[in-house]
Amino acid sequence: MTLIEEHPANPAAGDEDRPIGYGRLQRKEDPRFVRGKGHYIDDIVLPGMLHGAILRAPVAHARLVSIDTTEALARPKVLAVITGKDLEGLNLAWAPTLSADVQAVLVTDKVRFQGQEVAFVVAEDRYAARDALELIDVQYEVLPPVMNARKALDPDAPVIRDDIEGRTDNHIFDWSAGDEAEAAAVFAAADVVVSQEVVYPRVHPAPMETCGAVADFDPIDGKLTLYETTQAPHAHRTLFAMVAGIPEHKIRVVSPDIGGGFGNKVGIYPGYILAVVGSIVTGKPVKWVEDRSENLMSTSFARDYIMQGEIAATKDGTILGLRTQVLADHGAFNATAQPTKYPAGFFHIFTGSYDLKAAYCKVTGVYTNKAPGGVAYACSFRVTEAVYLVERMVDALARKLEMDPAELRLKNFIKPEQFPYANKTGWEYDSGDYEKTMRLSMEIAGYDELRREQKEKRARGELMGIGISFFTETVGAGPRKHMDIVGLGMADGAELRVHPTGKAVVRISVQSQGQGHETTFAQIVSEELGIPPEDIDVVHGDTDQTPFGLGTYGSRSTPVSGGAVALVARKVREKAKLIAAAMLETRPEDLEWEKGRWFVKGDPSVGKTIAEIALGAHGTVALPDGVDGNLDAEVTYDPPNLTFPYGAYICVVDVDPGTGHVKVRRFIAVDDCGTRINPMIIEGQVHGGLTDGVGMALMEIIEFDEDGNNLGGSFMDYLIPTAMEVPTWETGFTVTPSPHHPIGAKGIGESATVGSPPAIVNAVIDALAPYGVTSIDMPCTPARVWAAMQGHATPPI
Amino acid sequence: MQIPAPFDYARATGVDDAIALLDRHGPESRIIAGGHSLLPMMKLRLARPEWLIDINDLYELDFLLVDKDKLRIGALTRHTALLESDDIARLFPIITDAEHVIADPVVRNRGTIGGSLCQADPAEDLSTVCDVLGAVAVVRGPNGDRMLTMSEFHRGPYETALAQNEILCELQFAIRPRTSSAYEKVERRVGDWAVAAAGASVTLAADGTIEEAAVGLTAIGLDGTVPDIDSTTRGQKPSEELFAEAGRLASLACDPVADQRGPIDYKRHLADELTRRVLRRASERAAQTQEG
Repeated sequence: MTLIEEHPANPAAGDEDRPIGYGRLQRKEDPRFVRGKGHYIDDIVLPGMLHGAILRAPVAHARLVSIDTTEALARPKVLAVITGKDLEGLNLAWAPTLSADVQAVLVTDKVRFQGQEVAFVVAEDRYAARDALELIDVQYEVLPPVMNARKALDPDAPVIRDDIEGRTDNHIFDWSAGDEAEAAAVFAAADVVVSQEVVYPRVHPAPMETCGAVADFDPIDGKLTLYETTQAPHAHRTLFAMVAGIPEHKIRVVSPDIGGGFGNKVGIYPGYILAVVGSIVTGKPVKWVEDRSENLMSTSFARDYIMQGEIAATKDGTILGLRTQVLADHGAFNATAQPTKYPAGFFHIFTGSYDLKAAYCKVTGVYTNKAPGGVAYACSFRVTEAVYLVERMVDALARKLEMDPAELRLKNFIKPEQFPYANKTGWEYDSGDYEKTMRLSMEIAGYDELRREQKEKRARGELMGIGISFFTETVGAGPRKHMDIVGLGMADGAELRVHPTGKAVVRISVQSQGQGHETTFAQIVSEELGIPPEDIDVVHGDTDQTPFGLGTYGSRSTPVSGGAVALVARKVREKAKLIAAAMLETRPEDLEWEKGRWFVKGDPSVGKTIAEIALGAHGTVALPDGVDGNLDAEVTYDPPNLTFPYGAYICVVDVDPGTGHVKVRRFIAVDDCGTRINPMIIEGQVHGGLTDGVGMALMEIIEFDEDGNNLGGSFMDYLIPTAMEVPTWETGFTVTPSPHHPIGAKGIGESATVGSPPAIVNAVIDALAPYGVTSIDMPCTPARVWAAMQGHATPPI
Repeated sequence: MQIPAPFDYARATGVDDAIALLDRHGPESRIIAGGHSLLPMMKLRLARPEWLIDINDLYELDFLLVDKDKLRIGALTRHTALLESDDIARLFPIITDAEHVIADPVVRNRGTIGGSLCQADPAEDLSTVCDVLGAVAVVRGPNGDRMLTMSEFHRGPYETALAQNEILCELQFAIRPRTSSAYEKVERRVGDWAVAAAGASVTLAADGTIEEAAVGLTAIGLDGTVPDIDSTTRGQKPSEELFAEAGRLASLACDPVADQRGPIDYKRHLADELTRRVLRRASERAAQTQEG
């Protein structure tokens, strides 16, 4: 139950209800999506286009002995078969990852995960390309794989990355945050310390559209047009220029409609590079679109964190400190997309929403024979793992102290007057009123009544659980001086033009994968300039059409690009003021702004609308010195800090005592993302994220057997939730604007995915309290819940 | 897009035409009805038929009728039709129960009862249902029809008694008084294969004791029905103790394997738990039939 009574029944009913600026507005992009008129990578057809298919390794760890492509090449319609050896000749066999490592484009020496790219066939149609894969004869010498991260650093573990000179183990990095000594002192003096292993298993973002590319290299002018499923077209263009040696001005990256990204489409996959190579080799456009199994087995996963957590408190429930040791499984190549300084992303937000005396985390990254990646929904740069850890630990403490988990949280929240709040690991939280949000969530849930109901049910042997999660995220990366990806500062540009008739086009550097950018960004301009949202075109996803910027991930579109768009609109507004003054033959300082119009102070009837000013700017009005004859502007926004959205989530589950089956009965999500631009889009984002949270909490996991076989390679094996597994969402909100953001917005894209899993798992543990259960790891499948009830819960990895 | 290996396709115009096509194209030809098992297997290249014989035009196999003391269901009847049938809900609620938990509406709109039985997936629900109800399969080949009991029809996982040039035409279920049935499944998610499922049919005598009972299990390694259920329950009043004994028998009779859906001990536990539940519900329903 969305709190629908607070909103008009039909959000975009009549024109009179349609907002000029912020407010509920149906998405501008939806008519084309709901009518099947979206234009995705696989819809692109170019004259003479060929099709590529990738041969993938059937085993996880093996030395490549030989590849024979003769038979495949002889097959009708096959034009090229490219192997690692061919790429070596072009110096393209290895490509840099986003984390200062390299990744094989095609195997040259050794297979390092099941599903790794071995050869690329280019043929006249996709059927011929796929059939030819079976004709490539590859000989492997199978090696023992490293599948268990806990054993990756054993002295006798096989060394996966023997391609790196001098490498004798599978260790990638150690990274820490916080003051270890201070934490040790706080823990030593604490009345109560609770320790618990908390595992966030490997999951996959599984976007509806798999990854793909169409590469079109023009041998005459040397220009490459690359259509690809990317969340970051500009960053990709720069990286392609660096890797492929094609000058950057000769590369155009186009990211058309994208069917979901969730971090899965941040990195550069071998398939994209192979499509480019295929186009260069054949002189024709080459399309490559992976199938579902390829997507699940080879592209960026998420999580895979084994966290040993400790929480310290006084006996009356004042939380003193948190510390954790993390073992991070990065797969065969370190290919996470994290800002350079932060190999564990923003995991050090694990201090959560609480005022602590000390905190310390240490993260160790290891290689295993699994697919690489690590940035994925909601990657938010490892905020997901951090929030899951702290919210599980706080619940563990509540159980130990026999305190109500809501009460324990309320007692330890950072207080509104403490903001901006410097936490113990280096973050400066921008703003918050946590208690207010928590109390609203409890009110919607009827928290006390739920606890009464639970007590009655327990007396009857029924298993009902109530779980809480109060999360704080750190999103909107980020200030250039601290944050870059492969040397590119994490700023974003925006360009705005108001046409002579007062309609406008805004060009942005971030790329929507379904978030509704075409509506949200139009509304930001609309709010600043008073132009109706439908009169503002939002252009994105084409490097030839848009200013430079780092793209959409980690909930950064509104915090970063949203800031850029507000500022560029304000720049236009200020320019409009100068032109209006000229038109009205008055001084700029005598003008006052109301939404859509500059007017003379004290005489509101005398003024000029933005449309009139635009026509004036492009017309014959005598412009003041230094003012160009247009109503255009551009900015690049470098955010001064990150933003810290938060929320209070309450989940109610019922567990079948005979089967261990978990039913999520209710879920209350109260979010505070600061200023709300389009509440309808926000609710959509929250609903999607909560559904994803149910998936991770109850069913999703990419498992491997000990031979290295991926057990989640299709939707028959990798379960994603359906409408049947989720309740009717109950959402609410509070508004605490970010003080440093141009419009006070904090970002919402990943809040629900980050916040919901701990609420659900805490609810399951709470339901199982009569069985003495104090911990369970995701996914809470019936079998795993039943095992916990029998007292033999095991970690999933 | 997952691409199957190359294959040819023919659309049958009648049952005899389908049989002739199977005859002509030999052992690498396969019947396709709803296609919701075969096509995914082909796309993963786990199945590579050279010919698909499409029987979706064979409307003569799409029927559902009460014929005196029998319910007759044509092999091409879609799951949705079974789910929505009032006759089935009244006479064989085990089918309605099972159809509620078979896959999802998209699959149910297309998938057929004949396809389910011929696929003979050990995790397939309707095979268990037919075992429990003692269904009879009507099979046609070049030499005419033959009738098979379920124990004759099922040969094991993914294997039936159908010859290469035979097709399943119909399933028949005997309608008996004071009889009812139930089905329950545990799954990780709607549409996933069963972790385990159980079905039961109970016939009560006039005095309220059990005259006949059968229990079948899905996905946990049991062919046919659980042995000794009938002899253990016959002449007994339905009771929690009796259901518990039946559950114990079921958990002993099954032979599950450990997989991502759960370990062996859990699956054995489910055999017990679900057997109790379905016997309890079938007995209650049978008693209501008696009252009604």
